[in-house]
Amino acid sequence: MVVWTDFERSTIENIFSKINYEVVGPAAISRCLIVYPWTQRYFGGFGNLYNAAAIIDNPKVAAHGLVVLKGLELAQKNMDNIKATFADLSKLHSEKLLVDPDNFKLLTDCLAIVVAAELGEDFTAEVHAVFQKFLAVVVASLRKQYY
Amino acid sequence: MSLSGKDKSVVRSFWEKISPRASDIGGEALGRMLTAYPQTKTYFSHWSDLSASSAQVKKHGATIMAAVGEAVDKIDDLVGGLSKLSELHAYKLRVDPANFKILSHNIALVVAMYFPGDFTPEVHLSFDKFLQNVGLALSERYR
Repeated sequence: MVVWTDFERSTIENIFSKINYEVVGPAAISRCLIVYPWTQRYFGGFGNLYNAAAIIDNPKVAAHGLVVLKGLELAQKNMDNIKATFADLSKLHSEKLLVDPDNFKLLTDCLAIVVAAELGEDFTAEVHAVFQKFLAVVVASLRKQYY
Repeated sequence: MSLSGKDKSVVRSFWEKISPRASDIGGEALGRMLTAYPQTKTYFSHWSDLSASSAQVKKHGATIMAAVGEAVDKIDDLVGGLSKLSELHAYKLRVDPANFKILSHNIALVVAMYFPGDFTPEVHLSFDKFLQNVGLALSERYR
């Protein structure tokens, strides 16, 4: 059972209230597709991913970035039960989308970097540590149904 | 995932931009690693203060980042250039090489915070490749 302190709860709530979903979601996913190009294997139907500019301009990538961020918001709203909240999503990623779960870490690393750049000084070491814990719980929950 | 000519020139010019703040970046990155990835604290049990604001942490972070700067200069032969450092990490410090990735992530994150406009995805790609290659060069003498 994951235990959250009051500081951790309010920190995560604060982060989600401060970030611009329309910027952060697309930025995180496009950065992942550019910095770790093998992740493009999961987005064959997205059209032109030929180079960084194409990925950044791709509307399907941007739309999907928003989907991912809304998923993370769902985790934030259900912080005491992320594992159960994400059970179906985990099954989806393992059985239907067939995503290698090691990729989740690549995306969350890019997300942390994008959020850090967006929040600047507000993203203190303490806030960073809480966000890292939150992302680790999210990733573990997404991995849960794989076996 | 070796460094192309383009990667090297991207890293060199990006390093010129960020090197004036290298000490701050290093201190901040090390502090964040110790705070956000507490398992890494096991390597620093000889320090009295492992918080992000600790003077010991800031000093050591600066040392690390200076070495990263030297690696930029030796980018054409990282294995040869970092051989002494690799021996240090392999025989004396015995840091599990998985931790190099953790520190690299924290360096990239701090760089993104300090230089949000310059740390574009393309620069991030080359810089990440560079840091991974530095980690590999550091692991060279392990076994």
